Amino acid sequence: MPPGILTLAADKVTLSPANTGFMLICSALVMIMTPGLAFFYGGMVRVKSVLNMLMMSFISLGIVTILWVLYGFGLAFGTDSGGFIGWNGNFAGLSGIGLTELWGTSTIPVYVFAVFQLMFAVITPALISGALADRVKFTAWALFIALWVTIVYFPVAHWVWGEGGWLFELKVIDFAGGTAVHINAGAAALGVLLVVGKRIGFKKDPMRPHSLPLVMLGAGLLWFGWFGFNAGSWLGNDDGIGAVAFVNTQVATAAAMLGWLAYEKLRHGSFTTLGAASGAVAGLVAITPACGAVSPLGAIAVGAIAGVLCGMAVNLKYKFGYDDSLDVIGVHLVGGVVGSLLIGLFATGGVQSKAKGLFYGGGFEQLGRQAVGVVCVLLYSLVVSYVLAKAIDLVMGFRVGEDEEVAGIDQAAHAETAYDFAGAGGGTVGRRGPALGEAQTKKVEA
Amino acid sequence: MKLITAVIKPHRLDEVKDALQAFGVHGLTLTEASGYGRQRGHTEVYRGAEYTVDLVPKIRIEVLVEDADAEELMDIVVKAARTGKIGDGKVWAVPVDDAVRVRTGERGPDAL
Repeated sequence: MPPGILTLAADKVTLSPANTGFMLICSALVMIMTPGLAFFYGGMVRVKSVLNMLMMSFISLGIVTILWVLYGFGLAFGTDSGGFIGWNGNFAGLSGIGLTELWGTSTIPVYVFAVFQLMFAVITPALISGALADRVKFTAWALFIALWVTIVYFPVAHWVWGEGGWLFELKVIDFAGGTAVHINAGAAALGVLLVVGKRIGFKKDPMRPHSLPLVMLGAGLLWFGWFGFNAGSWLGNDDGIGAVAFVNTQVATAAAMLGWLAYEKLRHGSFTTLGAASGAVAGLVAITPACGAVSPLGAIAVGAIAGVLCGMAVNLKYKFGYDDSLDVIGVHLVGGVVGSLLIGLFATGGVQSKAKGLFYGGGFEQLGRQAVGVVCVLLYSLVVSYVLAKAIDLVMGFRVGEDEEVAGIDQAAHAETAYDFAGAGGGTVGRRGPALGEAQTKKVEA
Repeated sequence: MKLITAVIKPHRLDEVKDALQAFGVHGLTLTEASGYGRQRGHTEVYRGAEYTVDLVPKIRIEVLVEDADAEELMDIVVKAARTGKIGDGKVWAVPVDDAVRVRTGERGPDAL
């Protein structure tokens, strides 16, 4: 992200209709990532809890949007206070912002920046949900989202991207969210997992994905939306950096998919669909912090390395015995760490920032900065998420009951099921059922 | 009369059906089935986690025939269903006491 300052940058900076339009489209692209993520995750769970998985992402669109407008934007991007948090009363309720007031030195309105950043805030907690598939109370999850974005995401976004944020000032490079989004969400997933525990039957019962086509659809939507995520993060394309980010996003994702598939073929003997989708997402995650700092060749390296490492990392849960159901840690935490650290090796110094990586004659300096960013965000998110989850667990219980978990959360929490397997006639074939509408009528009379 | 039951690989269905028709079988009953034989099922891999799937998809064909035709029909089905690979299936025959054509009430071999 380019630096943002709160005063109107009157000197020669004017609203660019092109950049404004571009950024509104990018915001919409980032929005589609959350439903995309919902399908990516939804396809990977069993039939009995697919709706709950979808809802765990969708609810973030509701809760975080409202909190962002009320105070989130102010906390993340308001005037800095001590490097750790921001505030600006005009941002509360987005009520004191002029229609054409520009964001810092950029050429886009504050409103556009606010809505673009909102979409990041929405998807980040949704990412965590993949680790908790099949077993948490929907109300507890909704409460967790509200508390987590307030105490973890808004401050961390300020550290990384806010003018005066301490990681921003330290010149840690995070173009579009390697630390603020992916490491943050991955570490939070681990924190909550330590409280919530394993699914019943973990390592014993088969927990195969119920629909790989849904997974592919979700991964495709994520890939598509990610162009807004990354290419939009320069807030315009006056200097071509947004275009570099776009190219690097595509290149790294392709390389990561191939890397994961190659590893998988060597290790397990098949090129799987889930591997292709997972590899692509791992590449998207890894290139997110780096897409403004590396060359397309560097992006190939970042992607390929991330694809292989994330492919290897997903097996860790079986080794260590923690049930990260859909591999949020293996893909988002590991991918985010890999991408953030590789900036320290592959940054060319000629694109987003003058900082050069080790391979471009920059020594270890940038690598050290990146490591500080990685470790601090990881630890903060891990510890606070653990404490939050523990508190929720003590107050209302984070997990559903054993019977609900075994039967599937969809019916218990949402009074719905995803698919009708009764066949033609809705289950009345071969026997006379009540006439359509009869059941509803009875209910009304009662 | 005999009831011949064949459990075969789904992709051999057309060959078996054609062979039965060529022989002059008038009707058959077909069921989508699943099961396993000596080869057991197969292994699926999801992000490195291996799942053994015991039950694999099969097709079950049932044909009622006269005693005299049973032996030859079994050979025909076996020939048409065979791929030479593991999991080709099984064919067996059991005696049938009686049969009735629902429409006309004809019984025994006349009902076939």
